Amino acid sequence: MLRFIVRRLLQMVGVVVVLSMLLFVWLHSLPGGTVSALLGDRATPETRAALEEALGLDRPIWVQYGAFLSRALRGEFGASTGVLPGTDALTILLNRLPATIELSFCAIAIAVLLAIPLGYLAARHRGSPLDTAGILTSLVGVAVPVFFLAFLLKWGFAIKLHWLPDGGRQSVFATHVTNFFVLDGILTREFDASVNALKHLILPAIALSTIPFAVIFRITRAAVLEVLDEDYVRTAEAKGLTSRVIRGRHVLRNAMLPVVTTIGLQIGALLAGAVLTEKVFNFPGIGDALALAFEQRDYAVLQVLIMAAAVVYVLVNLLVDVLYAVIDPRVRTR
Amino acid sequence: MSARRTFAALAAASLLTVGLSACAESARDAGTTGTTGGGGGDTFTFGAAGAPKVLDPYYATDGETFRVARQQFEGLVMFKPGTADPEKGGQSLATDWKASDDGLTWTFTLREGVKFSDGTAFNAEAVCKNFERMFNQTGGQTSALYWSENFGGFKDGKEKSLYAGCTAKDAKTVDIKLTRVTSKFPAILGLPSFYMQSPTAMEKYDANKVTPAGQGFTFSEYATAHPTGTGPFVLENYDQANKTVTLKRNDNYWGTKPKIAKLIFKIIPDEVARRQALQSGSIQGYDFPNPVDWAQLKDGGNTVMVRPAFNIMYFGFNPNSNPKLKDLKVRQAIMSAINREQIVKTQLPEAAKAASQFIPETVAGYNKDLKVPEYNPDKAKQLLAEAGATGMTLDFWYPSEVTRPYMPAPVKIYEAAKADLEKVGIKVNTTTKPWNGGYLDQVDAGKAAMFILGWTGDYNTADNFIGTFFSSLDNRFGLKNYEWGPELVQSLKDADSTPDEAARVKKYEDINKKLVEQYLPAVPVSHSPPAIVVKNTVKGITPSPLTDEKFADVTVG
Repeated sequence: MLRFIVRRLLQMVGVVVVLSMLLFVWLHSLPGGTVSALLGDRATPETRAALEEALGLDRPIWVQYGAFLSRALRGEFGASTGVLPGTDALTILLNRLPATIELSFCAIAIAVLLAIPLGYLAARHRGSPLDTAGILTSLVGVAVPVFFLAFLLKWGFAIKLHWLPDGGRQSVFATHVTNFFVLDGILTREFDASVNALKHLILPAIALSTIPFAVIFRITRAAVLEVLDEDYVRTAEAKGLTSRVIRGRHVLRNAMLPVVTTIGLQIGALLAGAVLTEKVFNFPGIGDALALAFEQRDYAVLQVLIMAAAVVYVLVNLLVDVLYAVIDPRVRTR
Repeated sequence: MSARRTFAALAAASLLTVGLSACAESARDAGTTGTTGGGGGDTFTFGAAGAPKVLDPYYATDGETFRVARQQFEGLVMFKPGTADPEKGGQSLATDWKASDDGLTWTFTLREGVKFSDGTAFNAEAVCKNFERMFNQTGGQTSALYWSENFGGFKDGKEKSLYAGCTAKDAKTVDIKLTRVTSKFPAILGLPSFYMQSPTAMEKYDANKVTPAGQGFTFSEYATAHPTGTGPFVLENYDQANKTVTLKRNDNYWGTKPKIAKLIFKIIPDEVARRQALQSGSIQGYDFPNPVDWAQLKDGGNTVMVRPAFNIMYFGFNPNSNPKLKDLKVRQAIMSAINREQIVKTQLPEAAKAASQFIPETVAGYNKDLKVPEYNPDKAKQLLAEAGATGMTLDFWYPSEVTRPYMPAPVKIYEAAKADLEKVGIKVNTTTKPWNGGYLDQVDAGKAAMFILGWTGDYNTADNFIGTFFSSLDNRFGLKNYEWGPELVQSLKDADSTPDEAARVKKYEDINKKLVEQYLPAVPVSHSPPAIVVKNTVKGITPSPLTDEKFADVTVG
């Protein structure tokens, strides 16, 4: 198992290096760029040339990439030029990441806690009104664009009813220790700040959870249906095992294998939804920073955020593989 | 077994939380409790369209940085509220100023009893330290864009500088020497980049330390956490993780102290999200509401304050990309073909006006007698025929991913103009690029034969408009392609350096006339007023043509 993990981690390094190269070339082939974003409509050919020289943008691209790699190995990814000029891109990532982790955690928690029990029940009661309702809900979840749902939720619950905040992460003065605002409130005993941060999470998390909910529900339902037809379930029933044991040990555990893979893939895919959700709710996570960095042609921040997203994706998938081994002992012995 | 494991995990998590909480202290005190949104009697929360780029305004060029700086800092010269004119007295740190006969030495009389928020005295010595700091830049030169744009070079002498020196004659009198006469002095001192900053704080936090890092720069601790001015508010906190900048009242402020205790800028880049935040009550005002929302906002219990228009939108030409444009008749034909009044009526907010020249009418040098060719498609066709350009092809560019106060919706403005051009037989090729994704740099590189662009003034001089546009032969207008290019550039230099005001105004009036009647390097289209919106209960804001609103007098009902 350890060798497997080490091998996957080494593969991840290769993926990140190749990705960084592709990203670098792609970003630098885009028209406009940092200089336009920095100077705006005040630019003159002289100021443009001076800034390009000062930033080293007039050098050949492979020289620029070499300089970038050598800095990156020292943990320096360069200063932001658009999202927060003058701030190290890595600092921006570290400031923004907790927000996206909090949001993604809530979204995936909502999706998993609702989708797995509902998927299981829908399969057990196939064709029932519950099954039909579940299928319809999951269809809507996949079909309705995230940003549209986000707008609807915001309009209804924040603007019209004033039940929940319309955006942001927190609207009380609070002490930030880890930048996980809910946790910070607990750590500093500013419990009102935790509650306030949780309120800010509800609407974006619901919006972001719809696609994972729909996908996990359908996979759970299908997997449970498949397992219910297996011989060993019938054998367990024939042996007179209690339905609780059959459900927990034989049906759910076996049905969980594809579900866990799906959850892993959904966590990886959350970032795409987070870009839109965070933008609608002005939620300062990495999705929001990514959109802004692209708009401002902030190369340093774009590079760090996209590479971080790739690392998270690979790590989540590694975690899924490890979980696989925990759930299915056969994987460990292979 | 499973239950035991779960219990053990929960116990470990609880212990970890309790352990960590022992290390984490609440940083709240009496001044930092309460809400950061929605306000209350002593808090005003404003929706900002972007994050301040840097907290030291000397290194900034963007409106969002300046908006915050305007509450914390003051300049020797400040603009009279609601205008673009320098005001002696008022909030200016100089109560009086006058030029020597040769126009090269300016003597400023400083306000007494003023201190920076860190307790440092504001006096002539502090003024000179500020100017020397700005002039002596080394690593920060390319970040000090407003200095290089307005003062030219630095101490290293690579480029000639407008600044020649500063002398503290006594504690409250200071001389600033210039290398040449210019119409923009002392108005440029009202720009936030040249506001006075505490020499003590700048030295303590190494304000001049600007270091290249990758493809950007990192700024000093001063510029990120300790900006120190003389203004009515001081920085309390810039919470980057929560996208809020919180200022608090400067209780030692020399002038009338703010009525609100806290001023919060909540950063909401999306305009729709800002409007929704106002509707939900989490902010009490924001800038640049979309003109199509003005009526709805007014009906929703808000005050839409329309600023005086201090900008210009124009359709620029560059004959380098289309030699037919070298012919004045072709450019005149295009001007006659475009129904500018209609564009103003249908595409711009209420109080917008069609432009007759390249400066707003409030700027000295505006030529009231200028007769602008009216919309006349037949005349346009005739001019095209005379120039042998009937049925000509024209590459016309407009930007995407941008709105500006002078062009709220570039695509719609473009479509209206394109339809007009096609009516007179011009074949229009559309080119659009993202504002920061190729539009600006390629227009500046002279790639666009015809393009939409504009400008919002920094201060009330003609030079700030037409001097900015047409003082270089090698820019977006391709002036070097015209015979009259050098003459225009020289006449602008000459007007700017004329000390006598009446003579200078006359020269600018003449240039404006020639620009429209003889040169026509672009078609002046419109002056469009941007707005600022606040809840009806918010009072005390004077809308400024320079977006120079101060929030010290704000009351929140």
